[in-house]
Amino acid sequence: MRTVKSVQDLEKWKNDILSKQKRHEIIVSVCGGTGCQAYDCQKVKALFQKELNQKGMREKVALKVTGCPGFCERGPLVTIYPHNIFYQRVKAEDVPEIISETIQNGKKVDRLLFEDPNAHRKITSANDIPFYRSQMRLLLSHNDLIDPTRIEDYIAIGGYRSLGKALFQMRPEEVIEEIKISGLRGRGGAGYPTGKKWENCHHAKGEPKYVICNCDEGDPGAFMDRSLLEGNPHAILEGMLIGAYAIGANQGFIYVRHEYPLAHKNAEIAIKQARRVGLLGKNILGSGFSFDVEMAKGGGAFVCGESTALIASIEGKVGEPRSKQIHLVEQGLWGKPTNLNNVETWANVPLIINKGSQWFSSIGTEKSKGTKIFSLVGKVKNTGLVEVPMGITLKKIIFDIGGGQQDGKRIKGVQTGGPSGGCIPASLFDLPVDFESLTQVGSMMGSGGMIVMDEGTCMVDVAKYFVHFLQEESCGKCLPCREGLKRMGEILDRITEGKGNGEDLSLLEELSEVIVDTSLCGLGKTAPNPVLSALRYFRPEFEAHIHQRRCPAAVCTPLIQYSISEVDCTGCGACKKVCPTQAIEGEKKQSHRILSEICSKCGSCKDICKANAVMVQ
Amino acid sequence: MNLNPVDLIVDKYQEKRTALISILHDVQDRYKYLPDEALKMVASRLRMDINEIYGVATFYKSFTLTPQGKHSITLCLGTACHVRGGPKILRELKGLLHIEPGQTTADRQFSLNVVNCLGVCAIGPVMMLDRKFYGEMNPIMAKRIIEKLNNKRRGVKS
Repeated sequence: MRTVKSVQDLEKWKNDILSKQKRHEIIVSVCGGTGCQAYDCQKVKALFQKELNQKGMREKVALKVTGCPGFCERGPLVTIYPHNIFYQRVKAEDVPEIISETIQNGKKVDRLLFEDPNAHRKITSANDIPFYRSQMRLLLSHNDLIDPTRIEDYIAIGGYRSLGKALFQMRPEEVIEEIKISGLRGRGGAGYPTGKKWENCHHAKGEPKYVICNCDEGDPGAFMDRSLLEGNPHAILEGMLIGAYAIGANQGFIYVRHEYPLAHKNAEIAIKQARRVGLLGKNILGSGFSFDVEMAKGGGAFVCGESTALIASIEGKVGEPRSKQIHLVEQGLWGKPTNLNNVETWANVPLIINKGSQWFSSIGTEKSKGTKIFSLVGKVKNTGLVEVPMGITLKKIIFDIGGGQQDGKRIKGVQTGGPSGGCIPASLFDLPVDFESLTQVGSMMGSGGMIVMDEGTCMVDVAKYFVHFLQEESCGKCLPCREGLKRMGEILDRITEGKGNGEDLSLLEELSEVIVDTSLCGLGKTAPNPVLSALRYFRPEFEAHIHQRRCPAAVCTPLIQYSISEVDCTGCGACKKVCPTQAIEGEKKQSHRILSEICSKCGSCKDICKANAVMVQ
Repeated sequence: MNLNPVDLIVDKYQEKRTALISILHDVQDRYKYLPDEALKMVASRLRMDINEIYGVATFYKSFTLTPQGKHSITLCLGTACHVRGGPKILRELKGLLHIEPGQTTADRQFSLNVVNCLGVCAIGPVMMLDRKFYGEMNPIMAKRIIEKLNNKRRGVKS
């Protein structure tokens, strides 16, 4: 690998890579993200490699393992360029056919194409699939094109060019000004203006200064930071380099949660490669500016996503937050000025420097600029990562991109903002998605998890889930959060067991108020949000549990009964075989029956019944 | 117990106290848990109080102080997995293995753990068995996977 000592070196390297790449007539790109790995994409890749080698086609055909293109639910994903044919749910068995048909003969393999569920029409290119059509993939689009373990791929798409521009054409203050004008706000949750944070850190007294990339991403249901760091780690490094130059820092840290091994690995590889070519280290591109990055691993504590707790964790301590009266930009890591941004925020920086703040601020709404990546998951047809301009409506995301309801059950709300956010009811789906609107309706942007809920989701159960989650994850420093959440959990347990009483709801509200008012960190202050928003929009569900001892969504096991419809049961016996407690009786081809006294209400019978004869009440 | 690996791990991080969490991760990768002797060794090498080390080792959920089973099952109970039926899978696993999350079966074959999110939400419910992800799980699939491993051990063809 060469060393890059100037902007000219970088440009020359890029041209060399591009001219080498021209030799390849066809590129096969296989998604290697964590989602596709769950569907054995490694086998698909290995077979492509073997077959292409055997057929002596490696000169003509390049095989690339890329980051996540976002449509995880349809994995493993394979795209053939330049034809731009998008194959989904590809199995190793399909590989020989793709080679003989598409690569050798230019024909499509119809059964692997995505089928439009409404028009029943096969779609060839990813851009024409409804899931992708309404997206604006400024950050994620690179994931499809590059192999994250090869710095050359990032250089080839113009990588590190923004760094060159910042170092040689802009003074640090100008970089900060550019970010300020762009209107970029932190993507980690609170939406603090990034440029302002940089400016404060730039002016803060104390040496050395640090920059940190927060990839703790503890919000359950969100995984955009994982995909960005996994799929395009050099973009994050480039963002951090530009930020460090603007702030005056020479050392950075990437804090990755323990549950993301691939993101950790790819970031580590990227750092090593950048060091080797001289894009990290001393005198970068001959500018005199020096910067290096170290990796830090989390330990599975949700609270470490909070900036002061994260810093304690990097210092090797227990991850307890501290008061933010003195901001991190003044006294952060080891008491020195520290600028912490989330992965997605850093990923936006090279784009803004490259294309300009005017361009960036032309996207989005008045106060929320640019795009935002959401992880659209839960009870919706198309699940995956979705990048959209700020200000798009929830309806558009859930119905146009997400394809609407999943299995015939009406969608009733969407949870955003993780455990600090809330659930927005379907009646408000015309809401534009930006920082302010979501906060106004009692939720928040958070890091971008969007969990769709339908009639089969019990909102009391979801509220209970979040309270137990937060109770588990409370670091225990403040009593209201530690004890208050425990009591709230007990009340909600009671309600879902059919033992609630008339005073429970007002008690929940009262406890929530105290926790919000008296907790130290952001996590404690927002902890009651899921309960408060559920009470605000889905109160009748709570009341049904308390007054009628009924769970309308048929989720809370103490309140439901399973039975088999005599009319619909075909007597196939599948349920009887699968029942773990032998609670089903009936002769073959005769209607079956559930013995409610030994039924454990696991739902296995309902899942396996093809005749839809198992009923829940 | 051979503690040489612990020595090498601490060397790798140049005895830096700030690298404590990374050191503990590496020790756990090596032994599959954090043995008492190893923690004492880390404490003495870093010249730290053992209580401080225990504080960190017990605060962070990724660490375990008890030996793990041959197979490690990690079930995701993030929001997306929760609404898609994660708890049903947990009930099935608990019933099959007769253990609670955080425990290991008496025959040391399986350890069951739950996490708050594995970040593979789009294909939930997700389960991880020995570092391999399984998407779109249900109780029946979970049962089959466990049975297959049990049969394999007993030499029965499934």
